[in-house]
Amino acid sequence: MAADVSTGIGQQVHAATSFTLEQVGKCFGAVVALRGLSVAFAAGTTTALIGSSGSGKSTVLRLLLGLEWPDQGCVRVDGRALERDQVLALRRRVGYVIQDGGLFPHLTVLGNLALLPRYLHWGRERIRARADELIALTALPPAVLTRYPAELSGGQRQRVALMRALMADPTALLLDEPLGALDPVVRHELQDELKAIFRRLGKTVVLVTHDLAEAAWFAPRLVLLRDGAVLQDGSLEDFRERPADSFVTRFVEAGRQLPERAR
Amino acid sequence: MKRWRSLLLVAAVLPGLAWAAPVRIGSKQFTESVILAEVARISAQDAGVPAVHERELGGTSILWAALRHGDIDVYPEYTGTLTHELLKGVAPDADIPTLRAALRPLGIGITDGLGFDNTYALGMREVRAEALGIRTISDLRAHAELRFGFSNEFMQRQDGWPGLRTRYGLPQTDVRGLDHTLSYRAVASGAVDVIDLYSTDAEIPYYHLRTLTDDLHYFPRYQAVYLYRLVLEHDAPAFMRVLRGLAGRIDEATMRRMNADVKLRGMRDGAVAAGLLGVHVDAEGTSFWPRLLARTLEHVRLVAISLGLALLLAVPLGILAARLRRLGQVVLGLTGMLQTVPSLAMFVFMIPLFGIGTWPAVAALFLYSLLPIVRNTHAGLVGIAPALRESAAALGLPPLRRLRTVELPLALRPILAGVKIAAVINVGTATLAALIGAGGYGQPILTGIRLNDIGLILEGAVPAAVLALLVQGVFELVERALTPRGLRLPARE
Repeated sequence: MAADVSTGIGQQVHAATSFTLEQVGKCFGAVVALRGLSVAFAAGTTTALIGSSGSGKSTVLRLLLGLEWPDQGCVRVDGRALERDQVLALRRRVGYVIQDGGLFPHLTVLGNLALLPRYLHWGRERIRARADELIALTALPPAVLTRYPAELSGGQRQRVALMRALMADPTALLLDEPLGALDPVVRHELQDELKAIFRRLGKTVVLVTHDLAEAAWFAPRLVLLRDGAVLQDGSLEDFRERPADSFVTRFVEAGRQLPERAR
Repeated sequence: MKRWRSLLLVAAVLPGLAWAAPVRIGSKQFTESVILAEVARISAQDAGVPAVHERELGGTSILWAALRHGDIDVYPEYTGTLTHELLKGVAPDADIPTLRAALRPLGIGITDGLGFDNTYALGMREVRAEALGIRTISDLRAHAELRFGFSNEFMQRQDGWPGLRTRYGLPQTDVRGLDHTLSYRAVASGAVDVIDLYSTDAEIPYYHLRTLTDDLHYFPRYQAVYLYRLVLEHDAPAFMRVLRGLAGRIDEATMRRMNADVKLRGMRDGAVAAGLLGVHVDAEGTSFWPRLLARTLEHVRLVAISLGLALLLAVPLGILAARLRRLGQVVLGLTGMLQTVPSLAMFVFMIPLFGIGTWPAVAALFLYSLLPIVRNTHAGLVGIAPALRESAAALGLPPLRRLRTVELPLALRPILAGVKIAAVINVGTATLAALIGAGGYGQPILTGIRLNDIGLILEGAVPAAVLALLVQGVFELVERALTPRGLRLPARE
């Protein structure tokens, strides 16, 4: 296993990025996605955003990347309000992984990985070396580099998506249901790997999931959203012992029905 | 554009050599017009004046526009067409000096009559007319039992049946509409007794018909004349002497016989015209394969140039339409509207802008190619899965880079399909380009339709169909070669 990937290949070590949402409101037509939501993600921490579908958790990630803009309130990155002309630069230092990977079917795995580095004028050698490092990190066979996404299994695709997000050594990683489309066995396996990777990278990680057990497995801090606002923010213990209301209790109870995982 | 080309031409040619170009003679898309144009061409050549014949340029509107625009110098016309269709404010029975005065301000001259009228007339089988003693239209009044079969156009035209019945007080009630080509067979077989005809139709002697005299002078006169650009009087006086010399040389019987020679006896129009003039012409016909090759090159050239230009405009337009939704609706609407313009009309619209020949045809085909390409580019881009579009945006690539590396490759298949559709449609539509003198496979089709010669029609139609299939095949290969392998793979799971 590669030792410290984040410092690889003459890449300078970025400080991790922090994000803050202040009183953010967001509507899509008549549907209110977020109502006055405030939440902060400190640099270098791992946070899981949980909630049932429609609670607004994906919208939070999209706001952090400038893929959406708040109707009210403010998004801060490293303390400064996010401006439209900084968005491309921000996206280049934040890795983003979505449920089905979002790999481009017309490019090989290496082609997918190389998209951003080529734009950054990396040489062929440097791209290849970084890809090899990440192959080791994600435990993929090197042969996948020349394959097309359609030739990969679901688990392999998610690993490649993670590699693509990590290529330019981002300072933060945003993951939107990264394991949502996988079968239970593969999912289980990847949970272990991802956790190890997060721990090793030391980046700011925000992970969106609707699965409480998975959230607790990855992150010491859970943020439960309901109807576009934070319902409870704390550790799994807080959720169990000091639930904010009956919804939290029910959410925790529902999570318990799944086989409990050792922590 | 046309103006620029003319300017370049004028600049390139020394003033003294300004009339080095041959005289261009046009003809309409029917046999008599082609023969008369050949008569003018051959008599000019016989007098040492170089002349070319732009054959079968379609209908009156095309020839008139081409003459006024200076794309052709001469074409045969009829006085009735001038008074009824082309000139406003001229009496329907205006004589040639009156027409000459009306045409002069337009820069157009008119010769004296060539010696025959090609007007509407009524005809009966010679034997039947003889038996009933009918020589004039007035004679029909005494025979209310006669059955009339008229072409549909004649049934409706102002100067057709309704006016004729009133003028002569005709009592017949059994009057039906027929297709003109079928009406000769109908009268020959005795299914009807009287039909309308054009007085120089080749079929009149063939079916032994008698033309009834228009004793009340109801039908307008359609004297054959040549129209020419007045500049010829100054620039090509020798040619003008020849052209004027043709006045009064062709009577109705002669024209009818010449029409029959070409249409019914399969003689070449050039040979028939030469026969009239007592001149010998070389059999200029080329053999089949070189002829086919030349037409193929013309046809492919039309399609290739128009399609290439369309690609340059349509793909960016499609991208723009996909990016800016409101503008997109306008762009798609406009290109869609272009598609509804009938092809013949489109070709005619291009004449004032580009003259006749290759360029107006290219312009028309270009406009027709836009819609499939714009629409498919738009659909291809809009159809990209939102997750993929967002993944590209989330990478932090700027929009143009995203377009080039992700969006266009993902939309490549629909775009290529649009180009393929445009190409195949163009191969078909380009056959109409012969109507405005652009050549190609349409030329034998036009001549074939005119002469009712199936063989000749097939000589154009079969290669056009083969070319369409070939284009389709080639584009499928291109599509296969250009589509990234990753898009052709079936997804796992």
